[in-house]
Amino acid sequence: MSLRILVGCKRVIDYAVKIRVKPDKSGVITEGVKHSMNPFDEIAIEEAVRMKEKKIAKEIVAFSCGPTQCQETLRTALAMGADRGIHVEVSGPEYETLQPLHISKMLAKLAKDEQIDLIIVGKQAIDDDCNQTAQMTAALLGWPQATSASKIEAKDGSLQVVREIDGGLETIKVKLPSVVSADLRLNEPRYATLPNIMKAKKKPIKKLAPKDLGIDVSPRIQVVTVEEPPVRQAGAKVENVDAVVEKLKALGHA
Amino acid sequence: MSAINKLSVGIRKFHTTASRLRKYVELTAVRYPLLKRGNFSFLSDRHLGFFQSILSAHQVLTDELNDLSGYNVDWMRSVRGSSRLVLRPKTTEEVAAILQYCNVQNIAICPQGGNTGLVGGSVPVFDEVVLSLELMDEVISVDELSGVTIVQAGCVLEKLETVLHLSNLALPLDLGAKGSCQIGGNVATNAGGIRLLRYGNLHGSVLGLTAVLANGQIMDCLNTNKKDNTGYDLKQLFIGSEGTLGVVTQVALQCQPKPSSVQVGFFGLNSFENVLETLRLSKRNLGEILSSCELIDQSSLECVTKQLELRSPINNFPFYMLLETAGSNAGHDAEKLNSLLEILINNGTIVDGTLAVDSAQAKNLWGLRERISEALACEGYVYKYDVSVPIRQFYQLVDDIRIRLGNLPIRCCGYGHLGDGNLHLNITSHEYNPILLNRIEPFVYDWVGQERGSVSAEHGLGLKKRDYMEYSKSPTAIHWMRRVKKLFDPNNILNPYKIFPEQSSTD
Repeated sequence: MSLRILVGCKRVIDYAVKIRVKPDKSGVITEGVKHSMNPFDEIAIEEAVRMKEKKIAKEIVAFSCGPTQCQETLRTALAMGADRGIHVEVSGPEYETLQPLHISKMLAKLAKDEQIDLIIVGKQAIDDDCNQTAQMTAALLGWPQATSASKIEAKDGSLQVVREIDGGLETIKVKLPSVVSADLRLNEPRYATLPNIMKAKKKPIKKLAPKDLGIDVSPRIQVVTVEEPPVRQAGAKVENVDAVVEKLKALGHA
Repeated sequence: MSAINKLSVGIRKFHTTASRLRKYVELTAVRYPLLKRGNFSFLSDRHLGFFQSILSAHQVLTDELNDLSGYNVDWMRSVRGSSRLVLRPKTTEEVAAILQYCNVQNIAICPQGGNTGLVGGSVPVFDEVVLSLELMDEVISVDELSGVTIVQAGCVLEKLETVLHLSNLALPLDLGAKGSCQIGGNVATNAGGIRLLRYGNLHGSVLGLTAVLANGQIMDCLNTNKKDNTGYDLKQLFIGSEGTLGVVTQVALQCQPKPSSVQVGFFGLNSFENVLETLRLSKRNLGEILSSCELIDQSSLECVTKQLELRSPINNFPFYMLLETAGSNAGHDAEKLNSLLEILINNGTIVDGTLAVDSAQAKNLWGLRERISEALACEGYVYKYDVSVPIRQFYQLVDDIRIRLGNLPIRCCGYGHLGDGNLHLNITSHEYNPILLNRIEPFVYDWVGQERGSVSAEHGLGLKKRDYMEYSKSPTAIHWMRRVKKLFDPNNILNPYKIFPEQSSTD
């Protein structure tokens, strides 16, 4: 087999950052905040690279949609082993209302234009937790889908995928071309090492605008307000069990 | 096979941290039979009654009702005291009342913070009463503009860091023990750590403190001014005094703006010359954004990846370096770092490595350095040396010791704060082995003394290194240190048996 794989890589706020809401409640603060590749997408890239190392895949195309800084995300993907990148530039207010449906349309169009055999994306992004892109992309293309994958084996034009589901593990077989979404236990992403980081600087990143793909990114939603969750009431520490009982009684719980 | 090796082979190897904790620890009084208990009072019911009258029940822990081993045994599990009483004051006034009483009653006290010290200085030697600061854990104030925080001595460092982050501030120090160590202990031991290269040591970043003297007097030096030249700066005496001159109860610390861009890189090098060249160019080309420069040798990395099942991005290099930059502009910092790396890779100084792409990778890379101590402890008994040596000789000591010890130990490894010239030399064996110890000491101290280095760069002297003060301090200096101790603590109740060598004649 020699598949051409398209991998979606979303640039998100780094998981360790404490999220702050903008004072005008229009969104979260992203200016000057550390961003990195969505961890599930790192896993997707890693899986694609492993397939290339096993000679199942011949080319990996990394895709990211967003502001200029997405190029950094793509460089990380290239440093891990992707061959080339595609950056669809969307910024400002249009970026803030971008939805998984827009991304799915982009992925579907690119899949056709670039003759893609397999699309791998992370199962969800850690900022919106939508878990929709893989599913909608498959529907738009009319391709089979294998979501929440924790193991992928390629055999004669199809994939055997183990999925993590509520009840346990489900093994399914999907014909190629297909869309797969990566779950946490699919693999442990590699560190990109320096020689590869250097090589990645020379790999090509094609820049496109949404209209080049014939996609309308005007907002379909309007953000009304973004608010922090209610402040947790402070607990109280007491010195012994008797005090606990007294406190509970005073608060009307006993 | 020598007798010692036969003995070692028969003993089960400890793999996990959990099993390390079950290991039996010999009483200090037994392991060091030449130590003599001072002429202090033995604890009586009358004494206990007094403490119970000034403190609440949960602030007084006796060995009858509680397991005091956590207070009596050090983190390294190398020394064990036999204290029968732990006092846990909540205010400076309570500390003062305790010390005033103990001074009059001639009761020896062992002040204790997070008990993460590595030289046996934080636990009793005999039956000293433990004065634990653990209940004094509040962050009293944080001023975002000046960067000054006032905090109680018993606040765990990591907790303080979390609070400071909310005001966009960062601690001026960081060390592997931060999940357990307390800021008071850090100050009392002048803790160094991985950020010293960038922010200097606590003698500079502590603006003020409150300390309680041996006689119960409260010394208020809680200044928050960056500049204050109004007489002798007495707080400096307490910083690094290891609890022997007073008990620190509050600290005013100068914090830094939290850097918005932190880059962590981990690299493999083939020779120590390459390491030095990388250090040289990093200081030049990274300049003010360089915040850490750490060295890890092959043996240390092997230990930490094996014992704790951690993953390293690269393997099979004799030397590894961890570089961290911290600055206010990600673009600038990345550019500086990338340009530097391009030079170093192109001329073969650095062979391979990685740059962390997100916080998870940064944390894991730091884990390879910060958890070496923990990993070594899993191998059995650790002979730990923390020395300052001229940077050019930084690794020579490890090579020399390795040849000298042959196959007596499990391993000899070196790692540390390369940028500060501070090497952590560690040797491990399955069990405490006095023969191995005698081959290491005083060889290590002689070696360091000859280079006019420090026999304890940041760990302090505590109990285990007290005899080696003279390798790094002149007789005159030691004489006057004893005079200062006598002045502040005439009855020697504060952390006796610590930091000073056994006195052969009267002063």
